[in-house]
Amino acid sequence: MSGLQLDKVSMRFDLPNGSSVQALKDVSLDLKAGELLSVLGPSGCGKTTLLNIVAGFLAPTEGQIILNGHTVTGPAAERGMVFQQGALFEWMSVRENVGFGPSMKGMPKAEKAKIVDHLLDVVGLQDFKEKAVYELSGGMQQRVALARCLANEPDVILMDEPLGALDALTREKMQGLVLKLWKETGKTIILITHSVEEALLLGERLIVMAPRPGRIHKEYRLPFAEMGVGQDLREVKKHPQFGETREEILGMIWDMEEEIMGRTETA
Amino acid sequence: MELLGNLGAELWAVLQTLFAAAPYIIGYILLILLMMVIWSGIKRLLTPKHDYSSLKTVTFGDESAVTSNTVASVVSVVLIFVLWGAFTGSKLLPGFLHVPGPFTGDASFTYTITTPDGRTDDATVAVIVHPATVETAAPEIEPGDGIAKNDSTAIGAYRSQLLRVDRNDDMGRDEETFITAVNGEPIAPGDEVRVDFGTVAMSDKGTLNIIPATGIQMEPIWLPAPEAVWVRMTEIATAGYRNSTLAEHLGYSLFRVIVGFLLGALVGIPLGYAMGLSNWFRGWFDPIVEFMRPVPPLALIPLVIIWAGIGEVGKIILLFLAALWIMAIAARSGVSGVRISKVHAAYSLGASKWQIMRHVIIPNSLPEIFTGARVAMGVCWGTVVAAELVAAEKGAGMMIMVASKFQSTDIVLMGIILIGIIGFSIDMLMRWAERILVPWKGKG
Repeated sequence: MSGLQLDKVSMRFDLPNGSSVQALKDVSLDLKAGELLSVLGPSGCGKTTLLNIVAGFLAPTEGQIILNGHTVTGPAAERGMVFQQGALFEWMSVRENVGFGPSMKGMPKAEKAKIVDHLLDVVGLQDFKEKAVYELSGGMQQRVALARCLANEPDVILMDEPLGALDALTREKMQGLVLKLWKETGKTIILITHSVEEALLLGERLIVMAPRPGRIHKEYRLPFAEMGVGQDLREVKKHPQFGETREEILGMIWDMEEEIMGRTETA
Repeated sequence: MELLGNLGAELWAVLQTLFAAAPYIIGYILLILLMMVIWSGIKRLLTPKHDYSSLKTVTFGDESAVTSNTVASVVSVVLIFVLWGAFTGSKLLPGFLHVPGPFTGDASFTYTITTPDGRTDDATVAVIVHPATVETAAPEIEPGDGIAKNDSTAIGAYRSQLLRVDRNDDMGRDEETFITAVNGEPIAPGDEVRVDFGTVAMSDKGTLNIIPATGIQMEPIWLPAPEAVWVRMTEIATAGYRNSTLAEHLGYSLFRVIVGFLLGALVGIPLGYAMGLSNWFRGWFDPIVEFMRPVPPLALIPLVIIWAGIGEVGKIILLFLAALWIMAIAARSGVSGVRISKVHAAYSLGASKWQIMRHVIIPNSLPEIFTGARVAMGVCWGTVVAAELVAAEKGAGMMIMVASKFQSTDIVLMGIILIGIIGFSIDMLMRWAERILVPWKGKG
């Protein structure tokens, strides 16, 4: 069985004062290999917890994650992760960062150099190969992070708001790059984002999560990711269905936020 | 209650000293401001520069607009040497910059004796005031006529002399004949008379005390001139002091610091890593480290001397302890400071625990460890000097301590300056090493 299955994943944290928080409740999902899923939701709905469980950094209290037929028990190279920022190793050059995964596997130097060179070409950083990562701009750093993740040939790429800290223009370029990489490599990608537009543009499938307990509220299948590959993303945004869906989801999240606010006020 | 009273009195004494110093401090501040005005005047004459800072209209309160003025630094350091030279009569300075020094040269005054039956007679006292280092004999003089006979004496600069000028007179105290005037001005026991080279006072028993003016320069025994310190340094560098050359003294101190520090780092860094990576080790060593860290290493000197004596072993144990806790804490916070996203990233790139240690945790903790090493080296240097002050056979601290017992102020000053230079160089060296070895410091 290939693909990634989330089977009734629940997560409960016990607090020091004896009470507990239900961060996730019965989240089930079936992703085929090569699918691109974006995850939206108000703050505190358990998006990041879900991603950490899939990555294997957290063990769910109930349920399980199944990747290509085996249960996930911890972090592994098959599930690469791209963080918002600050996860690059600043004591290594761009080349060493991208080659980190292959190095850990003990790959021969020549072979590793080929992979690194290829990926730096793909993300357009060939000229910055020997630079220290802290000398690069935020957008370049995220391209290094993408290349570092891809160098390891993971089956699934998990992205935790990878473009969240970038300015609007850089962000748009990077969205194009993510789509291009998705199409070229055929990886399964889960992308967490705060931006509804980004979720629509990059999500072949999109789930909106609701908080307390964190759960899947609504799921969409969207044509925009497919439309956007190699295209001007601004054109995609002009599509009438794009605007409608965006308004619908925004309203949905707005209502959830309102409800949270109301609940805290009466509590 | 008595304690409070005593402390109050001590505080009052301290404040009085401060008040006494106030005019000098104010003078120094005025000098700084004067230099500033002069420099801004000169600067205005030079071609104006239009760098970014000079175009800022808001500079007061803008921290980034305040940089260290190199000119002020240079002037400040030069001024220290000028003041030092001026108050010690240094030959390196032109004479007009010297503050008034002690009187030296030939001088004389007359005194008048009065006999019980009212007769008076004058005699002259010839005085030679000579520099303390130049032995000079009293000048030959004619005794002269009359009851009072002329006298002569030689006095070293900064010294005074009680002189029984009436001893060689025909009539003295035994004949109820007393000195009644100096240079024609009446004098009685307890009085003093100003003369052109200083003062002449009379003791309670009627003896004249000749006090040549001392000026406001410092006597070499309190503050030797810069060139005297330099001469003493070259002398000790070649001939040595207390059976060791200067290089040996300093070399021993440095040897102790480096060995003590390296041992401290060798044990402290793994200890810090263990504390940063394991709950059990953190719990085990936290009380020990947190207790030992605030104990000043100097407070351990007596115990170390009892246990290990005053030889090298004792010193190195002391410096080891001084460096150990600092390095352990630095390594611990270096490990704790690693961003979890970096560790997560490494795990999801397939790294093993050992690989994460080697490629993520250790490099990530190096900047903190370097900061700790800089602090530890500074503390070690201070501690070794202090330990040598207490007891040692060789070393920079021992050198100045022994010198102070012999009032060799020049050696003490030389030692302090060298200790300062070495401490500063150690810090510079550590900063340089930090720039080369951990260029990613503060860039995470």
